[in-house]
Amino acid sequence: MRRRIALLPLLAAALTAALVLADKDATAAEQRPWEEIVDAANGQTVYWNAWGGDERINAYIAWVGERVWDDYGVMLRHVKLADTADAVSRVLAERAAGKTADGSIDLIWINGENFATMKDNALLYGPFTEALPNFQLVDFEDKPSTLVDFTVPTEGLEAPWGMAKLNFIYDSARVAETPGSIPTLLDWARANPGRFTYPTPPDFLGSTFLKQVLIELAPDPAFLQQAVVDDSQVEQVARPLWEFLDALHPHLWRGGETFPASGPAQRQLLDDGEVDITLSFYPSEASSAIANGLLPETARTFVLDRGTIGNTHFVAVPFNATAAEGALVVANFLMSAEAQAEKQNPEVWGDDTVLAMAKLGPAERKRFEDLPVGVATLAPEDLGPTLLEPHPSWMVRIEAEWQRRYAR
Amino acid sequence: MTRRDLLAYLPGATLLLFLTPVAAGLIGTWLPAFGYFPTLGGDSFTVEPWVLLFDHPGLGESLRLTLVSGLLATVISFSLTVFFLAACHGGRITLAIRGLMAPLLAVPHAAMALGLAFLIAPSGWLVRLVSPWATGWDLPPDVATVQDPNALALTLGLVMKELPFLLLMTLAALEHSRAEERLAIARSLGYGPVMAWLKTVLPAVYRRIRLPVYAVLAYSLSVVDMALILAPLSPPPLAVQVLRWFNDPDLTMRFVAAAGAVLQLLLVVGAIALWRLAEILVARLGRIWIAGGRRGGKGRVLRAATTSLVQLLVAMAAAGLLAMALWSVTRRWRYPDALPSVLSTDIWARQGHDLLWITGTTLISGLAAAFIAVALVLGCLENEQRRGLTISARALWLLYVPLLVPQVAFLFGSQVLSIQIGIDGTWIALVWSHLLFVLPYVFLSLADHYRALDERYSRTALCLGASPNRVFWRVKLPMLLRPVLFAAAVGFAVSVTQYLPTLFAGAGRFVTLTTEAVSLSAGGDRRVMGVFAFLQAALPLIAFAAALALPRRLARTRILREQRA
Repeated sequence: MRRRIALLPLLAAALTAALVLADKDATAAEQRPWEEIVDAANGQTVYWNAWGGDERINAYIAWVGERVWDDYGVMLRHVKLADTADAVSRVLAERAAGKTADGSIDLIWINGENFATMKDNALLYGPFTEALPNFQLVDFEDKPSTLVDFTVPTEGLEAPWGMAKLNFIYDSARVAETPGSIPTLLDWARANPGRFTYPTPPDFLGSTFLKQVLIELAPDPAFLQQAVVDDSQVEQVARPLWEFLDALHPHLWRGGETFPASGPAQRQLLDDGEVDITLSFYPSEASSAIANGLLPETARTFVLDRGTIGNTHFVAVPFNATAAEGALVVANFLMSAEAQAEKQNPEVWGDDTVLAMAKLGPAERKRFEDLPVGVATLAPEDLGPTLLEPHPSWMVRIEAEWQRRYAR
Repeated sequence: MTRRDLLAYLPGATLLLFLTPVAAGLIGTWLPAFGYFPTLGGDSFTVEPWVLLFDHPGLGESLRLTLVSGLLATVISFSLTVFFLAACHGGRITLAIRGLMAPLLAVPHAAMALGLAFLIAPSGWLVRLVSPWATGWDLPPDVATVQDPNALALTLGLVMKELPFLLLMTLAALEHSRAEERLAIARSLGYGPVMAWLKTVLPAVYRRIRLPVYAVLAYSLSVVDMALILAPLSPPPLAVQVLRWFNDPDLTMRFVAAAGAVLQLLLVVGAIALWRLAEILVARLGRIWIAGGRRGGKGRVLRAATTSLVQLLVAMAAAGLLAMALWSVTRRWRYPDALPSVLSTDIWARQGHDLLWITGTTLISGLAAAFIAVALVLGCLENEQRRGLTISARALWLLYVPLLVPQVAFLFGSQVLSIQIGIDGTWIALVWSHLLFVLPYVFLSLADHYRALDERYSRTALCLGASPNRVFWRVKLPMLLRPVLFAAAVGFAVSVTQYLPTLFAGAGRFVTLTTEAVSLSAGGDRRVMGVFAFLQAALPLIAFAAALALPRRLARTRILREQRA
């Protein structure tokens, strides 16, 4: 009831906007005390729509399910997506049919473009992050991307749960010297024809590779932090990217005619010996893949000297979630020291934490200090600077132009 | 209302049950294609989506891939079916092949595609078996044999799946085409075996397999799950591209997706029209050819060629599935090892709980869809016999509608419908959506057997005073147990195969072995894919084995009981 009243002005505005009415209660802030939310969550089933393309991540999510069941009586079901956009389209289809409650999705693993779309279309529940106790443990100071998702402010509509940073994995048995920059990568590809490729955009790793090139080669990368102004700006800023790709593609795997479906698919190509380098978003992926028998013992990691793109991934709750309280409980658990340390373990997943060590107690900190360091993982000081994600509008333009140029 | 009345309404209800979602789905797709989709602010009609669609840079290439793979796969499967049967009619090899085709038909497309992809990839099993000792390839060659620019891998995959369907449908049609008599007369006039078959049997049989051929054409042009694994990705064939548009985070792409879905439908309609034209042309020329009276030779070469081709395809399918089974118990299997270097059952153990859940969902939806379909089909057939009706060709067309209309052309629209009536993401929606595709196949595999049952049995029973219902339960059903169970197994297998319907109707909440196998195929871990491909293939095979074994077992116990009595 409280939510309804806070909403009246918005509702009035929505009514004038005719068809899109009731959805605006998506913008009501979560104000119930945490205990009340936890009580309501008990016995709920949470459908978590999350990319399901990596078996280790799926196993981690299954572990989360066991933990929230034990602690909160929340039944977690992982709905494995091939693409996060599937979940966005499902929420949309539900709104199209006027289903403003009892939706089929309770929690979405999300960031960037998909978040921007859902936020713009008022498809999200919340703001809710202030209601979650563990949100206070997040390292906002050194990890600003936990509050700004691809330059779009999160405004409490999504809770951070992991840090990603672009890196490259190679087989040291076959590659002696790794390139240190985007231009030297081109030289390397020329010298080793057919031994490099990247996942096909709009796969997020493929798109990230494009953005990495864009940032490193753009005359003035500062433009990238703002929304696209006009076509001529895109044309000017992105020209070096297309010149680079035009030069690179003939030397790629399959002559740049086809591209692997995803990052894990390219990792398989590395293991099969079809390519020598693959891309990854998790600094400990190489170690983790070795431990899981997915890459040879000789796999190693490298990054680029001037830094690589880093971002944060989040969870968000759709406006019509059936088990919103259960979803909040899961989101809160994901930000706990226990869940974060488990996730950072390279034997499990190897995804970096969003938490600030300074905000943790000694016992919690020890969980992180005790984590094994994989043989193929770079030390934090060797990971290089983190570059900021460009505004999502750039990604949309770049992906579309890539399609126009190379997918025809 | 008497029971008789209820039965009379059944055919109508059945048609309604499975034509409504298709019709609603088509409308729900056509409206946005012309700009009408109020939720997204589209409240007036416009051709804007079509302008955007035709402006899409990869559209020409997508269409080319779709047409090449769809037409080529249909032409190859159809010609191979015709020439193989012409060359081997009545031979022992036909029987052997028939025995092999049923299991192949049962294997879901995704499992077949995963197996094939690993088999023929440059770092795949075939190359591993001969490398590096024979080829000198220490590293796999950089040649696109999977996801190749001409979608030939997809074509091959489609042929492997469509050939069994066409062969079985044609063999069934042969039984009702008086093939033996025709052949005997032609042979006595001095025609060679192949010529005799092509000139006297084919014209009679083709009429009966026309709809199955159209279904193959429609399916091949709009396949999604196989294309995701075997076809190139940038750009992909049209059906995959339409699905991508539907899933684009930019919601305005939904209009383009709808237009693309309509284009997909037009493509299929156009292809069928083209095929029909070709039929007329071939029939004209064929008449002249038949009248020409050439007798032809013994057809030994054709026999050897088609037999080895069919055997090669069967062997490849089997090898692919074997490879997936092997992967599921592998820890390390690197190029160029011919066999895994480290085996482990870890993957099975790690999937544990999920696997039970997913297999359970697959089993329940498959059994429910198969059971309902068999019940509806039996009801319709029984009604037809009691009333002395014969099904018209037009009614048969209606039955084929869900097989001829591309899935992407109506599933989004029917998803909106299912949300509106509040069954979205429930078992009802899931089973219903499967039923659309299960029912036609069950009808096809049961109808001829049902109608062929000698009516003197039931007439005798009726004369002895049994009611029509008693005749149905105590005479017809026991006598038809084998075909009924076989049809149920076909229905189950069709349900296991469904990818898009599960995705759309299940609200993503229902994960089946097929959706899991396809979503894992993007992840690249062949060991996990192996687990799902293996199970996906194993379930329908078990169903077929049970359908074959059960009547025998029941018959034995009945004989024992009667002996004792």
